[in-house]
Amino acid sequence: MKRSITLQINGKTHTGEVEPRLLLIHYLREVAGLTGPHIGCETSLCGACTVTVDGKAVKSCAMFAVQADGRDVVTIEGLASNGDLHPLQTAFWEEHGAQCGYCTPGMIMASKQLLDRNPHPDEDEIRHGIKGNLCRCTGYQHIVNAVKSAAAKMGA
Amino acid sequence: MASTVTKTETLFGKRMKRKEDPRLITGTATYVDDIQMPGMHHAVILRSPYAAARIRSIDTKRALELPGVAAVFTGADVKDVGPVPCGASLPGLRVPHHHVLAQDRTYFVGHPVAVVVAADRYIARDAVDRIEVDWEPLDAVADPEKALEAGAPAVHPQWPDNKAFDYHQEHGEVDKVFAEADVVVKQRITSQRLIPCAMETRGVVAEWRSGEKALTIYTSTQIPHLMRSLVAGMLGIPENKLRAVAPEVGGGFGSKLNVYAEEALMGFVAMKIGKPVKWIESRRENMLATTHGRGHVDYYEIAAKKDGTIVGIKLKLIQDVGSYHQLLTPAIPTLSVLMMPGVYRCQNIRADIVGVFTNCVPTDAYRGAGRPEAMHGIERMVDILAAEMKMDPAELRLKNFIQPEEFPYATATGLTYDSGDYDKPLKKALEIAGYAKLREEQRAARSAGRLMGIGLSTYGEICAIGPSPATPAGGWESATVRIEPSGKVTVHTGCSPHGQGEETTFAQIAADELGVDIEDVIVLHGDTAIVQYGIGTFGSRGTAIGGTAMYFAIQELKAKIKRFGAMMLGCDEVRFEDGRCVCGKTGKSVTIQEIAAASYRAMKLPPNTEPGMVATYFWEPPNFTFPFGAHIVVTEVDKETGDIAVKRYVAVDDCGKIINPLIVAGQIHGGVAQGLGQALYEEAVYDDSGQLMTGEFMDYCVPKSTMVPWIEDSNTETPTPVNPLGIKGVGEAGTIGCSPAVVNSVVDALSPLGVRHIDMPMTPEKIWKLVRGGAA
Ligand code: FES
Ligand code: FES
Repeated sequence: MKRSITLQINGKTHTGEVEPRLLLIHYLREVAGLTGPHIGCETSLCGACTVTVDGKAVKSCAMFAVQADGRDVVTIEGLASNGDLHPLQTAFWEEHGAQCGYCTPGMIMASKQLLDRNPHPDEDEIRHGIKGNLCRCTGYQHIVNAVKSAAAKMGA
Repeated sequence: MASTVTKTETLFGKRMKRKEDPRLITGTATYVDDIQMPGMHHAVILRSPYAAARIRSIDTKRALELPGVAAVFTGADVKDVGPVPCGASLPGLRVPHHHVLAQDRTYFVGHPVAVVVAADRYIARDAVDRIEVDWEPLDAVADPEKALEAGAPAVHPQWPDNKAFDYHQEHGEVDKVFAEADVVVKQRITSQRLIPCAMETRGVVAEWRSGEKALTIYTSTQIPHLMRSLVAGMLGIPENKLRAVAPEVGGGFGSKLNVYAEEALMGFVAMKIGKPVKWIESRRENMLATTHGRGHVDYYEIAAKKDGTIVGIKLKLIQDVGSYHQLLTPAIPTLSVLMMPGVYRCQNIRADIVGVFTNCVPTDAYRGAGRPEAMHGIERMVDILAAEMKMDPAELRLKNFIQPEEFPYATATGLTYDSGDYDKPLKKALEIAGYAKLREEQRAARSAGRLMGIGLSTYGEICAIGPSPATPAGGWESATVRIEPSGKVTVHTGCSPHGQGEETTFAQIAADELGVDIEDVIVLHGDTAIVQYGIGTFGSRGTAIGGTAMYFAIQELKAKIKRFGAMMLGCDEVRFEDGRCVCGKTGKSVTIQEIAAASYRAMKLPPNTEPGMVATYFWEPPNFTFPFGAHIVVTEVDKETGDIAVKRYVAVDDCGKIINPLIVAGQIHGGVAQGLGQALYEEAVYDDSGQLMTGEFMDYCVPKSTMVPWIEDSNTETPTPVNPLGIKGVGEAGTIGCSPAVVNSVVDALSPLGVRHIDMPMTPEKIWKLVRGGAA
């Protein structure tokens, strides 16, 4: 029944036996112990579980752990390097992009993909880039500001 | 002893990034679902698929046979667990017994019927499908107006009229002013059922320590202390053997201002199986079984003189209660009545509420709780009156505002408005929006055949809820401030913030008052084993009441600091400033850090002074606070598609003194997005059989980033005399000001077609029909 998988998560190799039906989000949270990515719907509608797989933002509730076999996953926990916050993390802090924080890890990961693809997005492009991620607290305005500010710093 | 450098900059009023954010942006915060314990089991709940049904029998055998399943409990097992409490009381209130699991009958889709406990979540979910229930579906009613009709199915068989309560309030000479009025306008206005949709669903972890006979409940709540008191009662365990923890909480908006069946149920399960148990609500369950908000059908009448002076307001309010009363269900519409005159000088009011049982999940507090309904009503009615009288809506409002010199102002509903200057935000908003120019543009747009609308709202609301006599569980708040021997400051607040940034705003106040660095202050909350009893975070009360409690605790400490300072300096004339006690005669000083150390070392004590540096203060507010503001919304309606484009959103809010403008702006933005959701997108739709048709994010439209406009936000600051900080509260203002401004704008856009009212949500389909058919 169980299948053996090996994947990279935040630069570390993880190997394990999993049930084929185990969702990647559950693998990350309950097997790998990475509780940064959250569950807001389990139906690929809210984006709280967003991580990157081979560099692309993915809703990890919409993927099985076995599908991540051999691939490279980055979660919010893997974003800072050597203890230095990623510019997006700093910008979310400085611009008050988080209130309850529940959407925040997914929102930052989606924003990262947005900036990878378009380093200088305007407001409209930012709103489109994060529209797969719901936030009930912020009304998005400070998130837009955060992404703008990160873009400016990363481009500088 | 080495003294420490202290700060001199004032932080009150300063834009500061939040102290809570480092854990949130790194994914290291601990929400309920992040808690893991050895031996922890997982619970999944079987819920009623019918809005009304008799349970003939339940067979759990096949579920129990599944390897990994530890236990299954049904209604029969939990007979002795006390009922889910209703904390509000009204004369003649009918309160159905609300068991934590259904007994022989279910009353709404989502009603908990049984709970499966298993070694892992997947097994528990599999096992739930193996429970066999023999159902006898019954007739249900989901619409409150239909529920009031003769012959409607009875939600609770003992009350065939489906009435949960009646409530009447009246002041002045209502009949006389209506008889003598020059103009009377009437309108039926609904505030639809909404689903709060905090991004974190509810969740509970319960841990039973058999040796100590002590239970810990970790729950995603806004009120850990009240939850503990009430759940201890439900489970029959002493209150001091129950520890409640609200860990990181991923949004509440009123939906976690409650005591739920599942909280007691998980306590019960943990005690039965002797292992920790976790229950995490799925999104679908969240939509079905966590309280909804609003659910009003309002019949308004307003009377005016020919110069536009409003003289009387009548309201018949039908409140959709749902199947049960949750913690505050019946109290919510009474808040609407309290605020029904809004910011206008009108002393003649009559309100009649009828609370109606329906086969739906209960309604209860949702961001604004009663005030958005009231403001939607009065602000729509004022616009309808303005249209009827061919007056400009801004002018009509300015004419009827209570004036600054009239405060404190006694309203017809029994409130005393603390302070206000209603012209200010309106005039500021008109200026920012460029109102006169917008009206010109509108004339041009209309002659070009375009549907452009300008709408405004001037809202007032109740914050800092509230004085204890007006609040079911007590309306005070508590704080303990502890200056540690090193001089670091630990604040314990009885509030339970979950996104509002109180760890930051409280620290700003404490740092200012004590003259220490903000980095030296931490604010703890949400754990009954650590924090003294408290009330919680809701009703825009946290900072205005909890922050004030902390302020007073600090004043006690400052008196004590001065006594130590005087002793240490050998000076009878000391003042405390910038974190040090200074002798008025010699100019010599000791720092707060030195004083803290001396207070614990206690080699020598000032007269009548205990060692240590801790103070606890329970602050009872003398009144609510009453923020206000003005929102202006410019819209354009697409005739072909019925789509509404929000072109501009101007918000000028007055929440009293501002501690941190960044946080205030964030609260307004989020509030506006929820108000906009109600105005344009969101509705909990039940079909006639009581099935929820909007049970996922696919069907229930929480606004996305592309659906919320840029908000041009600013403030005016009118301090309150209710507390020494002058702060009023801001958590709900955005929501309260938003929906009427948006609807007024769209009605204004469609007014050339003869439209005078539109009920929310203003979906493209509804607008398209109006554009084609003309009439509302
Ligand atoms: S939990 Fe994956 S998208 Fe919502
Ligand atoms: S910050 Fe709470 S959901 Fe986004």
